[in-house]
Amino acid sequence: MEHGSYADNNNATFSLTDEDHTLANAVRFSLNQDPRVSFSGYSIPHPSDNRVNIRVQTTGAPAREVLKDACQDLMMMCQHVRSTLDVAVADFKLRNPPKKDEDTDMK
Amino acid sequence: MAKKDQRMSETETEEEETEAESMSESESGSEEQKQESKGGGIDYIMSLPDVPRNLPPHVELQRTRVFANIDAPTHTDSIQYSGAFVSVGLDNSFRLDQFRNNFRVEVIRFSDDGMDMEFDMIGIDPALANAFRRILIAEVPTMAIEKVFIANNTSLIQDEVLAHRLGLIPISIDPRLFEYAENNAPNERNTIVFKLHVQCAKDVEEEKGQSKKKEKEKEKKVPPRITVKAKDLKWLPKGSEFYLESEDSNSNSTSKLKTYTSFTCSQDSLPEFSNNKIGFKEPLDDINIARLGPGQVVLLEEIEDEDAETLKKKCPVGVFDIEDIANGRKRLTVAQPRACTLCRECIRGGEEWEKRVSLRRVKDHFIFTIESTGALPPEVLFTEAVKILESKCERVISELS
Repeated sequence: MEHGSYADNNNATFSLTDEDHTLANAVRFSLNQDPRVSFSGYSIPHPSDNRVNIRVQTTGAPAREVLKDACQDLMMMCQHVRSTLDVAVADFKLRNPPKKDEDTDMK
Repeated sequence: MAKKDQRMSETETEEEETEAESMSESESGSEEQKQESKGGGIDYIMSLPDVPRNLPPHVELQRTRVFANIDAPTHTDSIQYSGAFVSVGLDNSFRLDQFRNNFRVEVIRFSDDGMDMEFDMIGIDPALANAFRRILIAEVPTMAIEKVFIANNTSLIQDEVLAHRLGLIPISIDPRLFEYAENNAPNERNTIVFKLHVQCAKDVEEEKGQSKKKEKEKEKKVPPRITVKAKDLKWLPKGSEFYLESEDSNSNSTSKLKTYTSFTCSQDSLPEFSNNKIGFKEPLDDINIARLGPGQVVLLEEIEDEDAETLKKKCPVGVFDIEDIANGRKRLTVAQPRACTLCRECIRGGEEWEKRVSLRRVKDHFIFTIESTGALPPEVLFTEAVKILESKCERVISELS
């Protein structure tokens, strides 16, 4: 799934099957925020193919590692989003308890 | 309603304050820094008074706001590149702790049945917010009717149309309790079976044969009809009752005829289903909208008296309100910025208005509205969506290593 040259592992294109804009755009965002990346972008070669190509060019680090770190960053962000939402929802429900629940408690 | 408005105006003022703070920080902050670090190195350089710690206010504004001008919106892109502000000496690279500090979720409302919710996500890039939205729409699993076996359909609706309609019915079952069927044989862990057996009652009477007199009477009446609703579908916990082959009268075998499903036990007896009711909700669409944050209407100068009245009338959604100030004068205030649809009606009157009112939208503020079909509460749907994105990342990582 990785297409690059053996001599130069700073630049590579990764071809991910069964993925679309959802992941590719998010990964591109997180790649672009990495200072080691000199260029990153993605394309969907054909709309009826279920694949995206993600291009990563770095200033020296191996592209494979940089992409891995980008995914790692995304995962950490997701985890934080999840926990923050859980807290916010629990807070909201504590502040405004639903009326229906009280009724069922009585029964 | 009044409470809600009050809350909103509070959050708005909060934002305004932080904005003002961040702009004044560049002056007050540098002095503190001087005293903090007297040692050499990068810390010392960063503490020098002429090294900017924040972006200049106008660039900061362009970075965080979309401007809705009369001709077109400007500064619509989010700046992602880590080196975007190198020339001003600022690092734009991603730092998790920074994200953690800025990210905020505010729940705005829950519907009474807990199946609709609206919340704000603040401090997140559109790339991620859009990924969540796309996954919610297309990738969070739900249960739906996939295969329909029709034995005797004498209704006006053709078989294929009926099958398609059945497939649209939202079924309120927690899909996490099931496995994907894919090409496996249907069993109690990946399939639920419903039976639809309805008959138009008056037709039955006719079939039984009645005197011609009665038939003539009936002709005058409205033809009999029956409305079939989702509740007419009966859940079959023991699996399908519909034989795949017709009974062979010649064969002597006593073996059970094959049905579509191969349930080894009744789903009733499985602990996870005894607690979870299987049924239908009022048909609701699963709508997930991620809307770019509330409009921000900024009055560039104070608008008073008659101008205030005209501007208040101009806005079709009632963003503005009028405040009485001293000496019987009136002043325009932005009462409900959240209602603003960026219709730009308020700046349409010519350049004079454009100079006085600025319509903006915060780039990293998203309003999510999630309406669940009833199978799972919306907050669970959202966490499922986030988990799916995580598993996608995990897949990439594992394939690379």
